[in-house]
Amino acid sequence: MTDLSAGAKSSRFTILANPTRFLDLSGKVQPWLYAVALLGIAVGLGLGLTVPPDYQQGTTVEIMFIHVPFAWLCMMIWTVMSVSALGTLVWRHPLADVAIKAAAPIGAVFTALALITGSIWGRPMWGTWWVWDARLTSVFVLFIMYLGLIALTRALEEPGKAAKPAAILVLVGFINIPIIKFSVDWWNTLHQPASVLRMNGPAMPATYLVPLLISALGFTVLFFALHLTAMRTEILRRRVAALSRLAARRAEA
Amino acid sequence: MQSEYFAFITAAYGISAVAIAGLFAWILLDARTQRRALKTLEARGIRRRSEVGGRAGQDTEAAK
Repeated sequence: MTDLSAGAKSSRFTILANPTRFLDLSGKVQPWLYAVALLGIAVGLGLGLTVPPDYQQGTTVEIMFIHVPFAWLCMMIWTVMSVSALGTLVWRHPLADVAIKAAAPIGAVFTALALITGSIWGRPMWGTWWVWDARLTSVFVLFIMYLGLIALTRALEEPGKAAKPAAILVLVGFINIPIIKFSVDWWNTLHQPASVLRMNGPAMPATYLVPLLISALGFTVLFFALHLTAMRTEILRRRVAALSRLAARRAEA
Repeated sequence: MQSEYFAFITAAYGISAVAIAGLFAWILLDARTQRRALKTLEARGIRRRSEVGGRAGQDTEAAK
């Protein structure tokens, strides 16, 4: 850490590749991320819960300000993991596998919440809690994939051994992300089509769009804050495991 | 009508708040557990090679 000459020579990417430097940097960034996340969520939901009722959906439109960010996050988190999977397979980045393992449970929680809040919204608006249409089914498949990934990353004692199969599972599973996004266009679904990320711009008045975007930003930053904390913990866990093995070897000697 | 929807909205927000709070608590507890485990190991004189400042096997603290 005190070796400044080595740090000056290496690029930012390689600086982050060193887990000790990563712990230093992330420790400084972490509190700010939580603060920004909290602020974004508070402002976004504060504005969102005071919007006028929608002409079709009434006050249930308020569920949108959490449902849409959760749905966005469950796709974004898998995408973040896919980039990390490339980091594992192509560059053998030492933190890439840590990133995947740390992100999986957070992704699973947000996917479950997207499904649950959607279901609660669907009941009064569609008249049903659940329907096996393309959008709902593809997100449900994503949830199952998160669970499978959690099992895989925690099945093997030696963390390095699970890295490669986990990265491959993440990359193969990425095929589901465009399927989820475009399911509402490709198939006849009960779920409404996209109204924010679409070719002709958002199809939503600013009264709803602004709180939605602020809330989505807040939850996105919250994910990165939680992910950073979980990654730091995973690095420590691996150190604890390595040191425990070292201690056991010394006890034998 | 309004009160009927109120239950749905409260349920959606409530479940989300509980789930995220639970996730946050789990991540924090896990972080604390690992930090403590590392401290315990270091207190026993078991350190990483890079932190000992020399090659492996130079750690004399473990010899006592």
